[in-house]
Amino acid sequence: MKNKSLISISDYSRDDYMQIIELAEHFEKKPVQNILEGKVVATLFFEPSTRTRLSFESAVNKLGGRIIGFTDAASSSVKKGESLKDTILTVAQYSDLIVMRHPVEGSARYASEVSPVPVVNAGDGANQHPTQCLLDLYSIKKTQGKLDNLNICLVGDLKYGRTVHSLLQAMVNFKPTFHFISPKLLQMPNEYKMELEANGIKYYEHEELTASLKEADIVYVTRIQKERFSEPMDYEKVKNSYILKNKMLEGTKSNMRILHPLPRVNEINVDVDENEKAYYFPQALNGVYTRQAIITSILGIK
Amino acid sequence: MDEKKIMQVSALESGTVIDHIPSEVLFKVISILGLDKIDTTITFGFNLHSKKFGKKAIIKISERFPDDDDLNKMALIAPEAKINIIRDYKVVEKKVVKVPEKVKGIARCMNPKCVTNVEDNVKTRFTVLINNGAVDLKCHYCEKITDQEHIEIV
Ligand SMILES: [Zn+2]
Repeated sequence: MKNKSLISISDYSRDDYMQIIELAEHFEKKPVQNILEGKVVATLFFEPSTRTRLSFESAVNKLGGRIIGFTDAASSSVKKGESLKDTILTVAQYSDLIVMRHPVEGSARYASEVSPVPVVNAGDGANQHPTQCLLDLYSIKKTQGKLDNLNICLVGDLKYGRTVHSLLQAMVNFKPTFHFISPKLLQMPNEYKMELEANGIKYYEHEELTASLKEADIVYVTRIQKERFSEPMDYEKVKNSYILKNKMLEGTKSNMRILHPLPRVNEINVDVDENEKAYYFPQALNGVYTRQAIITSILGIK
Repeated sequence: MDEKKIMQVSALESGTVIDHIPSEVLFKVISILGLDKIDTTITFGFNLHSKKFGKKAIIKISERFPDDDDLNKMALIAPEAKINIIRDYKVVEKKVVKVPEKVKGIARCMNPKCVTNVEDNVKTRFTVLINNGAVDLKCHYCEKITDQEHIEIV
């Protein structure tokens, strides 16, 4: 993976995922090391995403590297009308690796083609967010001890949710059984179901939240956004049907864990937080180790 | 039969005849093949009667033989086009267009939020997918699919 940009989850193979996970395990044991001394990582956030940016910056800081960059386009030269290409070519002169988040879809792929230094995509609009996906894989591996043959429930907005699409694509390598739980209007798009069928992977679709929780190893919850509904009534009808509550977890498997990419609004009731099956906050911490693994392997240090 | 059809526009001593072009895409084909930049004689037949298409177009290019890569670019908009290579007033070779695996800089991505539609000077790139006989384009950048009915030539 040395010098190779990470733009889309499909840029990495099963072996690459395993290598990143192993390295993340190493950083979890020893998160503070001085191995990025003298290295400069640029974090270019053309739209704000505090959580993701802090996770990357924490990852680099703990390894002794330096950060340069900007936190939103308003404070950068982009505001003055500079092209993306010029911004990237300029920043590449000052840095060893560029982490970028941009609202335009495909912008990270384009940046990686013009940049002389590797680029890590920290989200390009509704398209890809591969470091989130790798930290999800790490969290699944860590809580289940394996990635193969798991029963995975994806809950919420399965139509527009890029994290569930990337997770689905990555998990295709590990023979899971999927349960898709969503309102009819936000069902998993056909192209992803076709991908599962082509790979011989079983999936079931439900509209009712509790239908398949008892069999689940992983329950991955995403937010249903009001803006996705053209009819406000349609949103009102479903908004309370996809809220995970503590009492729904009775009778679920002891190894079951609940994941969520955060930020949460109300789709997981706060009474779940105390349950040992709630894993969304540790999941966020895993993001730091995973990003340490990604950055050091691309820089060829680990 | 073929020779008679070709005579429908005017005889060609040597060059390339492209037949079975749906009339409505004639001008796009001219632009894809760069025919507006050729200095030899070109004749067009437009709105000719066709059992298959209703109305078809035909292009006859004197003394020029576009290479297969260029001809295959037509596949996105005129997949049924037939190409005849003419020497001495005779058809010496017949070709059909083949759908290429990748296309660059020809079509527009239908996703308005795609970098190719937002930043200046980014050439589109697609992987061609065949879906029940229809040609779909998967964008190399935004990864969204532009289906055949939405293919727009740049
Ligand atoms: Zn695109």
